[in-house]
Amino acid sequence: MDKSQYLDMFIDESKEHLQAINDNLLLLEKNPSEENIINEIFRSAHTLKGMSATMGFSDLANLTHQMENVLDGIRNEIIMASSELIDMVFESVDYLEAMIQDIADGGNGQKNVTEIVKKLEMLEKGSFEETSTTIEIINQMEITDYDDFEQTVLSQSREQGFNAYYVSISLREDCILKAARVYMVFEVLEQIGEVIKSVPSVEELEEESFDFDFSVTLITKEAESDVKGKVLKVSEIESVSIQELTMEKGKRSSKESNQPQKSVTTEEDVNPSLPVEEKGDTTTSSQIKNGTSSKTIRVNIERLDSLMNLFEELVIDRGRLEQISSELKDNDLTETVEHMSRISSDLQSIILTMRMVPVDHVFNRFPRMVRGLAKELNKMVDLEIVGASTELDRTVIDEIGDPLVHLLRNSIDHGIESCDIRKREGKSEIGKITLKAYHSGNHVFIEVSDDGAGINRQKVMDKAINNGIIHRETAATLTDQEVDELLFSSGFSTAEEISDISGRGVGLDVVKNKIESLGGSVSVFSNPGEGTTFSIQLPLTLSIISAMLVEVQDEIYALPLSSIIETAIIKEEDILSAHNQKVIDFRGSVVPVIDLTEFFQVPVSKEQSEYYSVVVVRKSDKMAALVVNSFIGQQEIVLKSLGNYLTSTFAISGATILGNGEVALIIDCNAFIK
Amino acid sequence: MSKISVEKDLKAIVFQLRNEEYGVEVDQVRSIERLQHITRVPRSPEFVKGVINLRGVVTPIIDLRSRFGMEAQEYTDTSRVIIVSIEDMNVGLVVDGANDVIDVPIEAIEAPPEVVGGIEADYIRGIAKLDKRLLIILNLDKVLRTDEIKEMENLEANT
Repeated sequence: MDKSQYLDMFIDESKEHLQAINDNLLLLEKNPSEENIINEIFRSAHTLKGMSATMGFSDLANLTHQMENVLDGIRNEIIMASSELIDMVFESVDYLEAMIQDIADGGNGQKNVTEIVKKLEMLEKGSFEETSTTIEIINQMEITDYDDFEQTVLSQSREQGFNAYYVSISLREDCILKAARVYMVFEVLEQIGEVIKSVPSVEELEEESFDFDFSVTLITKEAESDVKGKVLKVSEIESVSIQELTMEKGKRSSKESNQPQKSVTTEEDVNPSLPVEEKGDTTTSSQIKNGTSSKTIRVNIERLDSLMNLFEELVIDRGRLEQISSELKDNDLTETVEHMSRISSDLQSIILTMRMVPVDHVFNRFPRMVRGLAKELNKMVDLEIVGASTELDRTVIDEIGDPLVHLLRNSIDHGIESCDIRKREGKSEIGKITLKAYHSGNHVFIEVSDDGAGINRQKVMDKAINNGIIHRETAATLTDQEVDELLFSSGFSTAEEISDISGRGVGLDVVKNKIESLGGSVSVFSNPGEGTTFSIQLPLTLSIISAMLVEVQDEIYALPLSSIIETAIIKEEDILSAHNQKVIDFRGSVVPVIDLTEFFQVPVSKEQSEYYSVVVVRKSDKMAALVVNSFIGQQEIVLKSLGNYLTSTFAISGATILGNGEVALIIDCNAFIK
Repeated sequence: MSKISVEKDLKAIVFQLRNEEYGVEVDQVRSIERLQHITRVPRSPEFVKGVINLRGVVTPIIDLRSRFGMEAQEYTDTSRVIIVSIEDMNVGLVVDGANDVIDVPIEAIEAPPEVVGGIEADYIRGIAKLDKRLLIILNLDKVLRTDEIKEMENLEANT
């Protein structure tokens, strides 16, 4: 069987299951006796085991299997879910994550798991007797592992006088057409009853992805021996063993087995006079179930990207059509084009939202990380996550993970004080870190705040002076805000002792660079004694932006709207000169003037009138005024790269294609301001 | 590099530059386009003419005459842009004309002549003699080397 086509799906789903295990383990730690949580974890682990065995990743399957045994112990209340035990399970989850990452990176997912497997075994054995063989554990577990639906079918059929059997069938080892034999067995079984579950699943059986044993759960009116005899008539069957399933066994894994469920059709045939109320009940309960899992399909990100590319083409053509229709001034044409423009802007927002992913994708691994770090540092930290459903473009999501990890580490390490100090300060022993995401305008904000000591400005200044970042003289003139911003300068670290958590001196400036490369910005606010907040501002999307088109002589350039403060017409005499640099007085501040014609060495074709058109742009709180010849207007433009050949063009961040099919360059306003 | 170690014939696109004939391997050529509006890219090397919209992809254009230090010439109706692709880099080359594809037998290709102090010879992979034609086979990797652009930028900045 060619498994490669399932590999992506396997990786995705495994990651989801591991995440689910992670989340639930954290919950379990808070409520060690909550049976539902254990069941959830168990289910995820079990699926993971099945999947990895099918895909042939034996190390992965081994470790999951051992983990499952421990979980089984917890579930059956043989082992206590102590903190150490949960640490151990977390550790195995880490191993699993590493292996899956390896598989995703094209490796074979092999890793030495003997040590961790041994540890888990010790945990397991430490408290209860090891069950004799692995196969038995699996069987036992599988007997009990029916979902609610199957439970219901089982219990209902029993009420109606059917017998439920657990049939294990072994094929002969020299059997060649395993799938065919399986098919024959199923045919025999379906003649005498109903197969409600098979392990492995029917699909897996059809693909022959099992060794020689499989098992099915059968409801039938036939006696045990008859069933056995009929199955054995199929050739190449080594052995058949049948166990009768009793009610108690079926019930064990779930308390909700009395929850009515939609029954299989055959069953309705058997008992057409099913009470109406029960049916009504059924639909509601299944609706509630559906409510929790939203209807989604998995789409490869590449397909979304190509959809986006196609749409970009459409946006370009739209621009062209708009231009043509405004030239032709034909009513029908104008109307159609306007309608098309409206539809395509709706389409644009839909496609953009399709690429949006909740920040939860990044956030969900943080509780785990915070817990680990806090333990390591002997601090007590509570992480609160707000707005995890806030959505961001996929490309941005992929990039913000590391900066956020940095900020969180920073908060735990430097922000939150140790328990003793907190007690002395009259604060609660448990430090609090809030991770908050929210939309505002065309931006998404992510804040990491702690209720720790705040920034010690004196220390920051001393450090900055020692590291040669600022001069002693200038230090005195800095505002609090400016001192705080020093944290982002390169080569800065305030932790007195270098810990391996943060404080390697590469921290915050890296964060700042990363965020700025995404077109965002990061700032910090702090109140001594009350805590510190790092705020990250990110653009919603990176591929279509609003821009202002301007004409410089005969060339057209685009300026991102996000960096424009305003446009103005100024008189020639208002342009002053300061130290050989032209400046203007703009709303009380002196702003340098840059003539784009000169700057971009544009061939001069137009005479300069006594009025100058300027665009005032900004980078954080600094401004510059760019002189252009005329403003064309605002437009949505599609960002295109200049390709790999022109990599270092100064002050140009990319290109876009205009309505007339020509290329216009996008000006990187940050380049003008140092 | 005195011998070219390719077994088969070399299929080459033939183009003209200043009355000389050049060839590039057909595998490296994506398409041949007529000249269209080129958007100038400010502060780029002299031979970079700018970028064009090639069916939705912004593609940089370099002028081969100016790349090889030949005198400039107004573009004419026969001027063509050869779009070449090397290591996921798409670049258009402006040439005086391009109208032929020929098979060059490997044995007809000779090593480029040694030129005193010539960087230019680096760009040439070999010279093919075909009847009375001389075909200069280009080494596109060298022609499109970006580190050299950076060097030139530095030179410009220093002078």
